[in-house]
Amino acid sequence: MDQRKAPVYEALQEFRRNRVVPFDVPGHKRGRGNPELVSLLGKQCVELDVNSMKPLDNLCHPISVIKEAEELAAEAFGAAHAFLMVGGTTSAVQTMVLTACKSGEKIILPRNVHRSVINALVVNGATPIYVNPDTDNRLGIALGMKISQVERAIEENPEAKAILVNNPTYYGICSNLKKIVEIAHEHGMMVLVDEAHGTHFYFGENMPLTAMASGADMSSVSMHKSGGSLTQSSFLLTGPDVSAGYVRQVINLTQTTSASYLLISSLDISRRNLALRGKELFAEVMRIADYARTEINKIGGYYAYGKELINGDSVFDFDPTKLTVYTLDIGLAGIEVYDLLRDEYDIQLELGDMGNVLAYISIGDRMREVERLVSALVDVKRRYSKDRSGLFDHEYINPSVVMTPQEAFYAPKEEMIPIRETNGRICTEFVMCYPPGIPILAPGERITQEIIDYILYAKEKGCQLTGPEDEKVERLNVIKESTTY
Amino acid sequence: MEFWFTELHTPNVKFSVKVDKHLYTSENDLGRVDIFESPEFGRFLAVDGYIILTQRDEFIYDEMLAHVPMAVNPNVEKILVFGSGDGGVVRELLKYKTIKAIDLIEINEGVVQACRQYFPEMAESLDDPRVTIYTENALRFIRHIENEYDLIIVDSAGFYGPGESLLTREFYGSCYKALKADGIMVNQHQSPFYEEDRVETQKAHKRIVNNFPICRVYQAHIPSYPSGYWLFGFASKKFRPVIDLDAEAWNQLGIKTDYYTTNLHKGCFALPAYVERMLADVERIYD
Repeated sequence: MDQRKAPVYEALQEFRRNRVVPFDVPGHKRGRGNPELVSLLGKQCVELDVNSMKPLDNLCHPISVIKEAEELAAEAFGAAHAFLMVGGTTSAVQTMVLTACKSGEKIILPRNVHRSVINALVVNGATPIYVNPDTDNRLGIALGMKISQVERAIEENPEAKAILVNNPTYYGICSNLKKIVEIAHEHGMMVLVDEAHGTHFYFGENMPLTAMASGADMSSVSMHKSGGSLTQSSFLLTGPDVSAGYVRQVINLTQTTSASYLLISSLDISRRNLALRGKELFAEVMRIADYARTEINKIGGYYAYGKELINGDSVFDFDPTKLTVYTLDIGLAGIEVYDLLRDEYDIQLELGDMGNVLAYISIGDRMREVERLVSALVDVKRRYSKDRSGLFDHEYINPSVVMTPQEAFYAPKEEMIPIRETNGRICTEFVMCYPPGIPILAPGERITQEIIDYILYAKEKGCQLTGPEDEKVERLNVIKESTTY
Repeated sequence: MEFWFTELHTPNVKFSVKVDKHLYTSENDLGRVDIFESPEFGRFLAVDGYIILTQRDEFIYDEMLAHVPMAVNPNVEKILVFGSGDGGVVRELLKYKTIKAIDLIEINEGVVQACRQYFPEMAESLDDPRVTIYTENALRFIRHIENEYDLIIVDSAGFYGPGESLLTREFYGSCYKALKADGIMVNQHQSPFYEEDRVETQKAHKRIVNNFPICRVYQAHIPSYPSGYWLFGFASKKFRPVIDLDAEAWNQLGIKTDYYTTNLHKGCFALPAYVERMLADVERIYD
């Protein structure tokens, strides 16, 4: 196929030229009914906010330009089929889970999954079998899955339907995906990959192995992260053994019937951009990330890590575009550096956790901004560094799962218990630090003193905590004590 | 035929200069450089469509950046200048025999080359053996330097674009660190008059106040700049700009100027009420 083509984009241009009179939704009618929206977003943008119609195809049942855009994307990603997704990578991840298993069935996954995965389990009632990820105790980050742990989980749960892998993790850590696929397929399990942070693996050179190249069955790719499309747009990729028709049905269970053409066309254009120019673009991203790593490591006190973390198993490979900096040695938690950079230096990072900050380097970056980041880190160290004692450096806590997320979510509960009084109780809701959106507690897990301490510490350090019904996260909902399990 | 150069001072205000000739143009990733010949302002240099200097009024800007700090501390020997690739500020500094070294950081080599050709009377100062030119990113150059300079002059081209990094907290922090214990930093500080410029003036002041114990602002009249009214910042670790001025000593140096005088020095720190207020508004925000 000709990757220079962008069928949805071309159809939109044609549509604009035809000056079709709108007696359909959206009601703003090319923006005329909402002048302030036009002044905010621009005329060109608002004019393309249209509904599905014959010349523009329909995302719920693609037969023309969207179908063609999906075929082009499938070829570009080396997938059997690609689905354009408009509900974020969350919708792609949930489609994978809902496709692979149902109520009463098991799915193997690492505990540091994105909330979207466990949310899907609340919906479909499947049972999670957690594989604890390996952790780097110094950096306080979860690593990939060890092959031995995957093997054990499969042996102990031979009836599991699928295994889900985060590859790469938010921090750029890759597992031995090829080996995991091999073992899972030997046992008749599907392999689902949350590849939200790995779009560029498909287009850059010298990148870690992609899900599709490793033979995985389904993968969720956040085109809007490293791929450059609009926020909320994403791709779901499937391998040759997955029924595309069935996946489409699953997608349509929850997907909007009024998909935004701004999102759809941004996927189409971004796929074309990466297919045509991805190699050069990501070579530049890698060069910038390498430069920043070198400069940051020259400062002293910060540790910007890279491929030296590779250990052949739980860090099988490392994403060279990821710029994560360990900050505890200057006496500041990652979240503190993250807040200082935003409030005092006008620099917004992707995330700050207990021990690290992550600066997202992508195809839109320029050297001059990287110089600012490096100099700001120098200045933060000069102005704010402290003695490091008293800093919590352990991020990952092994969960104790008592019941399935669905059972817990719908169980009779005792509401709004002060968090300090919840030790030993079973939580019915999520508690997450955002970003990265990985749960500290998920529905059905036992609350421990360690978890309570961690939540209180994270709050004190200024982390954004989300999930519980109580938006201040001072109280949690737990299972009624009389209920026995 | 009428040929006019027009610069938008705000989205609603235009400033136009009648032009005789378009002498030079070049463009790279750092911006577009143009040089024009005009009947009123003589030759003038524009970067990305904004007037940076004109032969007619550059003396005001260059003298105010150079002589104000030099008159406060005549013992300055080692100076770092950011921007000023035209050589105007350096020309003024070289009037002091006591200065031993001037390092000039101009990331846009195109500016230096164009100025050497079209403004030789200013740019010839750059050939003085005391001057070293670095074409490097300013932040990269300065971030590891400590306790090295007596004076830093920040002649940023504008608040947006490649010069933007010269108006950041990390930059002023690095300058503080690179200065000796009695060091002075002066910077161009934008105009307080139009709304968009005012916001940036306040932001820069807040960033500087955050780093230096002594921070004052002074003013000059620059006809070719937006509103014609311009501010400069004086920040230091020890010297106070008016009290520590030794006017007699400076006047004995016999330096010829066209704008700067020691009387003007004392007066230029007296600011209009609205400017005092806008600066005070950000001085009160501590962290």
